[in-house]
Amino acid sequence: MQNISYRQAFFIGVFPIIAVSAPFTLSGYKVDLLTNLLINIMLVSSFRLITTTGGWSLAHIPMMGCGAYASALFTGALGVPFLISLPLSGLTAGLIGALIGYPLARTKGFAFFVASFAAGEAIRLSWMRFKVPFGGHSGLMVPIPDLFESVSWLDFSTAVPYYFLTLLVTLICLAVLYRLDRSRIGNTLKAIESHEDLTRSVGINRTKYKVIAFSVGSFFAGIAGVVLAHRLWAIEPHQFGFTTTLYLLVWVVFGGSHTFSGPIYGVVSLTLLAEVLRPLAEWVPMIFGAIIILTLIFLPDGLESLPGKIRPYLWKGKERREPPPPAEETRPGPMAAPESSER
Amino acid sequence: MEFIGQTILNGLMTSSFYALIAVGLTLVFGVMHIVNFAHGEFYMIGAYTVWVLYAKMHWPFFLAVLAALIIVGLLGFLSEHLIFRHAKGNVLSGFIMAVGLVFVLQTAVVKIWGVGKMKPVPAAYPQLLDFGGISTSWQRFIVIPVTILLLGALWFFLDRFRLGRALRASALNPEAAALQGISVKKSASTALLIGSALAGAAGALMAPIMSVHPYMGHAVIWTAFVVIIVGGAGNIKGTVLASLLFGFLTTIITTLLDSTIANLVNVLVMLVVLAIRPQGLTGHAEH
Repeated sequence: MQNISYRQAFFIGVFPIIAVSAPFTLSGYKVDLLTNLLINIMLVSSFRLITTTGGWSLAHIPMMGCGAYASALFTGALGVPFLISLPLSGLTAGLIGALIGYPLARTKGFAFFVASFAAGEAIRLSWMRFKVPFGGHSGLMVPIPDLFESVSWLDFSTAVPYYFLTLLVTLICLAVLYRLDRSRIGNTLKAIESHEDLTRSVGINRTKYKVIAFSVGSFFAGIAGVVLAHRLWAIEPHQFGFTTTLYLLVWVVFGGSHTFSGPIYGVVSLTLLAEVLRPLAEWVPMIFGAIIILTLIFLPDGLESLPGKIRPYLWKGKERREPPPPAEETRPGPMAAPESSER
Repeated sequence: MEFIGQTILNGLMTSSFYALIAVGLTLVFGVMHIVNFAHGEFYMIGAYTVWVLYAKMHWPFFLAVLAALIIVGLLGFLSEHLIFRHAKGNVLSGFIMAVGLVFVLQTAVVKIWGVGKMKPVPAAYPQLLDFGGISTSWQRFIVIPVTILLLGALWFFLDRFRLGRALRASALNPEAAALQGISVKKSASTALLIGSALAGAAGALMAPIMSVHPYMGHAVIWTAFVVIIVGGAGNIKGTVLASLLFGFLTTIITTLLDSTIANLVNVLVMLVVLAIRPQGLTGHAEH
């Protein structure tokens, strides 16, 4: 066995203590904030899966909405229990993701942005236009999850039990996404973006893998949507609008998307920042906008690249001259300028 | 017969409006490869300029429109110098910078003028215009001649002026243009100046017709994207043709059904075009 790194020590030792004790020491509002943070962590991690294939989808929040709407219809109109509705709604979102993912996988760059944006917006327009299943502008009511009806003290309409439910779902999703990232499929997906010619020449079906990434990402976004909907008790098309998509992009770009943990750093740090700046809440969009522009100009690979950048300065005075550890991933970042466009 | 005439007139007005917005966007994309999401916010600021100068300070309407054109043009020029230049032609980072700019501009407008209150802009030319049964107001009609004038001026600039030809060369092939001694950076800032100015003019002309609020850019940018995808991004002639197509399509479907269905149909048309001809209707395939 190797020595355990600080990061592993954190995840084994410190994180569970914080995650379990936090809800008992914080107020109800703060616990809901943590629940929201967990949902957003699921969202950015599933989004990262799609970005590894080079597609920065603008339809991700509407896909999350698909999960939320599906669960509202399953549990509300059809009376399906929450535990069955959760994976079923995720599958619904994944299926819709596969359907729109196919034409999207054929486009790239500019066309991909616009097409994914338009596809997401079309889904949202359908929710607004078709009142019969989707409730139009006013949306749908979502029932409170009834996991263990016999256990009366476990009331999922209160903040703390729902926090633990969200924690459980989030950990499962992150574990699956992490395994997927390290698996053969995950490596293939990364190769599609970073070694386009190579994947072509060894006969990888690029479209197929792109659709898989889009569909699996949509599945987990749908799960996040289900968890969100059952905490809010009501959903409307406006919640899944473009402003939310913009925040998603800001989180992922700020954190960086090369490593699995990058987007999570992004969403956690920016959520903390927004919380600190709550007296200035009206200014927060402008501050986020400025942060994102400055990040792209001065730190184009996001927060995750910061340790690697400041490490040389920290070790400068010491004699020890170790060769730098091999970089975790050497693919050029999506933010790195293509060589051909040098001016 | 009157119905057809009315539809043609309405279609022409909608098309002119689309063309005014989309040509600026496609010009910026062609030269800089930036998906300028803040284009809708430039349009919004154009409308606010008219609200401040014309509705509150009682300047003559056309002077206010001219001021909006210049102010928003300069804003675009500034944003190229401060922000978009650093994207270095990368589509993704340019797009996300534009997203950041959207946040900044929207918040600025909300903080300065507030979000809730309506910003009524009285019509400058409320007189009715009547072509033998087919009627509209002068205020709505005016967008057609102004669009023809502005796009004509743009064509003249791109075709006859040294700077305009340099701009086209930079869009076609930046390296070759740079080898000819053309400053690609200068072309880029000129493109953003002109593109934003067109958006500002569109917002200014629409201010008395649409409701002026900080989020008005969103509905417009999304139509503009559909138009330039179908026209072929960076292709001005194709964009104008696509504006005509979608202007009439939207008008007809809105008249017969409703505007949400019209938006859905627009998206479907765009997705079909993307699936069959990803380079747009008039474009030719790139590598």
